[in-house]
Amino acid sequence: MPPTDESLQPVPGAPALTFENVVKKFGDLTVLNDLNFEVERGQRVTLIGPSGSGKTTILRLVMTLESLTGGYIHVDGVPLTHVERGGKRVARRHKDVAQLTRRIGMVFQQFNLFPNMTVIENIIEAPVHVLGKSKEEARTRGKELLEQVGLGDKADQHPSRLSGGQQQRVAIARALAMDPEILLLDEVTSALDPELVGDVLQVLRDLAENTDITMLIVTHEMQFAQDVSDRVLMFDSGHIIEDAQPDVMFSNPTHERTKEFLRAVL
Amino acid sequence: MDAFLDDLSTAAPRFWDGLVVTLQLGLGGAAVAFVIAVALGLLTLSPNSWLRAPGRMVVEFFRGTSLVVQLFFFFFVLPQIGLELDPIPVGIAALGLNYGAYGAEVVRGSLAAVPKAQWEATTALSMGSVQRMARIIWPQAWALMLPGLNNLLVMLVKGTALASFIFLHDVTFVADDLRRTMGKLFSFGIGFAIYYALNQLLSSGMRILELRAQRRLGLKPESRKATKRAEAVAGVG
Repeated sequence: MPPTDESLQPVPGAPALTFENVVKKFGDLTVLNDLNFEVERGQRVTLIGPSGSGKTTILRLVMTLESLTGGYIHVDGVPLTHVERGGKRVARRHKDVAQLTRRIGMVFQQFNLFPNMTVIENIIEAPVHVLGKSKEEARTRGKELLEQVGLGDKADQHPSRLSGGQQQRVAIARALAMDPEILLLDEVTSALDPELVGDVLQVLRDLAENTDITMLIVTHEMQFAQDVSDRVLMFDSGHIIEDAQPDVMFSNPTHERTKEFLRAVL
Repeated sequence: MDAFLDDLSTAAPRFWDGLVVTLQLGLGGAAVAFVIAVALGLLTLSPNSWLRAPGRMVVEFFRGTSLVVQLFFFFFVLPQIGLELDPIPVGIAALGLNYGAYGAEVVRGSLAAVPKAQWEATTALSMGSVQRMARIIWPQAWALMLPGLNNLLVMLVKGTALASFIFLHDVTFVADDLRRTMGKLFSFGIGFAIYYALNQLLSSGMRILELRAQRRLGLKPESRKATKRAEAVAGVG
């Protein structure tokens, strides 16, 4: 059977993420107006730009935490929240959207761990109850991930007893436990005390090195962006004004607005 | 003193019977009220206005009308349309609906008070709406709603005193009945004591639930026993 518009199967060779004429308005405020870009599979893309330029909104749209005002987002070539049917833009069923978002994981600025669960319970919750893994299997994998983020001894701790940096590493492990193809990192170090930032970034550097997860990153840590990214997008007022490899972007930006921004943050 | 003890031993079986009726109404009413509070609380929080609007109407109706009138309505009017109920179920239904409507507001408010970030985390993990509510949002809201529910439980137990309006022989009825033979101070004094003791008992039970719920969220330190166990597991202490 040829894949139809309604199919949820990844399209071979399609980019991990495609933004097609994406419009996002909050009331009268237009945050994104006709945004188009692609992220190839395995690519690490960092979004930079002044606050209010729509970077976080882009991640939230991909995670379906915000609804699109217009246009389409495709994941592996499959339209995520809306499909075109008979020339009309129609919302997908919730169930199908949830099926597609399983390929996407997100780590938040404020960690958002579940306070009613221990560290390991946080990690195995979705693998067990969404993916249907057995508890033992999920626990084994969860422990591995905790080791990977350097918190192997904290499995049975309550999140509130961990430092911010440790909580954020648990949140990373929780997202990884769902084996996402795409990982969204939304200012994951912004809420941390400066001395805790390093551990979190190291975990992400290792992740970038040892996996082929596609990453879409919003960060103010320019050094980190330079180290892990394949590509940096400079945003201003909801538009991509510069799209370059990190060494070019950070050493020799072409756009005046980019130069100005980088002077202010570097 | 001997006269007092004599009176007490005469009155005790009567008050016991009254207490049984009060307990039936109180516990039965609380159970019904809880179910209604949860159902209406979830309905009034629904993003679907076809569910939300009827939920709101039911809440406003039972919250906005007198419990006594509701009691009379169930007891005197329903039989006229062929729905005859014993006074105890009538009392339980009226108390349950009335306090359930108040409870719905506590449930809705507590669920809405769970930070939006928690809902977003469940979306980021692709959880379904039932799992999200049952396993993430509800357990956090539970700790928030218990003080409000405790308050309503105390009010509901006191509200059972209206049962004598539909000819039930509860604690209040017994106290009023014994007033003539045993004196006002004696009979109402015992009435006071019974309600007070009952509510203290229920409230302390609710506070234990509250403490447990808060511990679960890491808001209160663990009990000493649990701390010892955790330290033993962690190999410290």
